[in-house]
Amino acid sequence: MMTEFTPYSALSGGVLIGIAAALLLWFNGRIAGVSNIAGSVLNATRGELLWRLLFLAGLVAGAGAYYFIGGSSPVGRDNFPGWLLGLAGLLVGYGTSLGGGCTSGHGVCGLGRRSLRSVVATLVFLATGIAATFVVRHMAGVI
Amino acid sequence: MKLRETSSFLAGLIFGLGLAIAQMTNPAKVLGFLDIAGAWDASLLLVLGGAVGVAVVAFHRILLRPHPLFADRFDLPAKKNIDARLVIGAAIFGVGWGVGGYCPGPAIASLASPSWETWVFLPAMFLGSALQKITFARKSTIRRAQASTPG
Repeated sequence: MMTEFTPYSALSGGVLIGIAAALLLWFNGRIAGVSNIAGSVLNATRGELLWRLLFLAGLVAGAGAYYFIGGSSPVGRDNFPGWLLGLAGLLVGYGTSLGGGCTSGHGVCGLGRRSLRSVVATLVFLATGIAATFVVRHMAGVI
Repeated sequence: MKLRETSSFLAGLIFGLGLAIAQMTNPAKVLGFLDIAGAWDASLLLVLGGAVGVAVVAFHRILLRPHPLFADRFDLPAKKNIDARLVIGAAIFGVGWGVGGYCPGPAIASLASPSWETWVFLPAMFLGSALQKITFARKSTIRRAQASTPG
């Protein structure tokens, strides 16, 4: 499926994400890394659980608010193999847990803190992401 | 409810709104960026650029403060070195991201308007995360046990 370049919505959405990350750091002193916030829900100690759940609830509510006021919401891909999506989910969960972050934790916040670890992680996941997309789309022919 | 909790909901809300406005909740949009051999869609680069630009300026100013507004201290990652875990973990994550078009934020935000993909991807993602934590917790227990064995 092809998509068009949407510079204005991309930039304004990105700025909002940056503001959200700044607010969490300013108010709570926390890094807005979604994989860490979500991954630690399963084994969070008392006092560590509620803020995480509320951040994640906010994430859903924020996207929901946009769809509610008429923003277009994505529809499921009918021809995408379910097993492949399940495998992708496993890899994303395992990899972010092992590497200590995802696009938000390393990509947005880590680069925002100018952390060398996050620069390396971001370059690595961009590279393997581009490679994996190439294999799936152009060699295996899954769109 | 304390301000700490309420404010994290607000941060999540703005984050989710940003993801949806930028269409990052649409995996086709993400894959359009990662697919440099196809009809390349550079939008994700501007999303990341916008977010990092704000974060670089804001984080610098915020971290000059003695402590956060509603907490005693800033809770920042302590690790500084590049290790195998970081690189291998990021590589595995990138493969999953490039295959499915979802990273954790958009995957969770997709609960706002779930499709079949949400119900496949999200449980698998939590399972993957739990598997990593379980296997590595066991390894470190074994290592501790070995270290404490006399002789």
